[in-house]
Amino acid sequence: MILRVRDAQDRDAFAALFRHFAPRIKGFLMKSGASATLAEECAQDVMATLWQKAHLFDPTRATATTWIFTIARNRRIDALRKSRRPEPEDLPWGPEAEPDQHDALELAQETERLAEAVALLPEKQRELIERAYFSDLSHSEIAAETGLPLGTIKSRIRLALDRLRHKMS
Amino acid sequence: MTIRHHISDQLLLGYSAGLLPEAFNLVIAVHLSMCDECKARLGAFDAVGGSLMGACDAVAMADDSLAAALARLDQPAAAPPPRRLSSSKSMPAPLVDYIGGDLASVKWRSLGMGVRQAILPTDKTASARLLYIPAGQKVPDHGHRGTELTLVLQGAFRDETDRFGPGDLEIADEELNHQPIAEAGQDCICLAATDAPLRFSNLLPRLAQPFFKI
Repeated sequence: MILRVRDAQDRDAFAALFRHFAPRIKGFLMKSGASATLAEECAQDVMATLWQKAHLFDPTRATATTWIFTIARNRRIDALRKSRRPEPEDLPWGPEAEPDQHDALELAQETERLAEAVALLPEKQRELIERAYFSDLSHSEIAAETGLPLGTIKSRIRLALDRLRHKMS
Repeated sequence: MTIRHHISDQLLLGYSAGLLPEAFNLVIAVHLSMCDECKARLGAFDAVGGSLMGACDAVAMADDSLAAALARLDQPAAAPPPRRLSSSKSMPAPLVDYIGGDLASVKWRSLGMGVRQAILPTDKTASARLLYIPAGQKVPDHGHRGTELTLVLQGAFRDETDRFGPGDLEIADEELNHQPIAEAGQDCICLAATDAPLRFSNLLPRLAQPFFKI
């Protein structure tokens, strides 16, 4: 779908992406502490950015969901934290290869498996991974809120990442 | 350059989630610009973020929101600021942006013993600075109240834990009390960030600390 937006400025494809992603972006932003009004406005902005930056989308480097997550995250930093997050420079990776459909497919399948593995994490690990991505709380603030010792929080996050790695290897 | 000391999972997750102080983001962005391995790991953390977002409960958008979004598509996009300054392997673009030029345009302040620093403009949640340590010179013995990230741009230093060369990132926490020494042969330039003031072990640098903003 993003490819149709990227290559043909296809508005129907954009509308389909909007219907699928905008409500999830809104949910993600509200989970991160935005009000419904702010989340709605930011979800709109994220979708508009997707349209404007579609030429930068490279399916061999990120799937649609991953790419949209990075746009939504950046919007969240502007809206909620009013902070800056410099991006790394894309240093040349050697001679630019022709975009490879096989690579894109493989990445999509791996990302699918990763999403399944995230869904299958033990409840306690999943919860802390979610908090680590969504909430603007430091580990020690999470410790104060949940009553869990700091070491437990860190080790559960580590366990979750180890488990994901194991599933992916 | 062979990088041996990389970004920890915890910091990479924080950078992917976008929840780190600006000064830490800067150090990490510069390391990522030099390190394909960490860049690939970041891709995995972004993918985890994507799956969590994809699994979020959808919250219905307002009825007219799609129409409003479609109407916006014809508006011209704001042009991104051009990257006018040239970068290099040891001075990647994010750093050049914060300095506003190359190493020659850094406004150094002396800390004594030939050691120099330049504070970079970031928000106040943490501070970032460039450090210039002459070859063979010691940095005063210090501990940390919070986390200190030190990324080598040029030369190398050693401390109690290991040797750090170009591209290497040292992550020091409250438990580490260390005395970095620049290696002989080449002056060492580092980019460092702390989320709390350093704690020097002897009296003189402690007096100097509020003054020099380290």
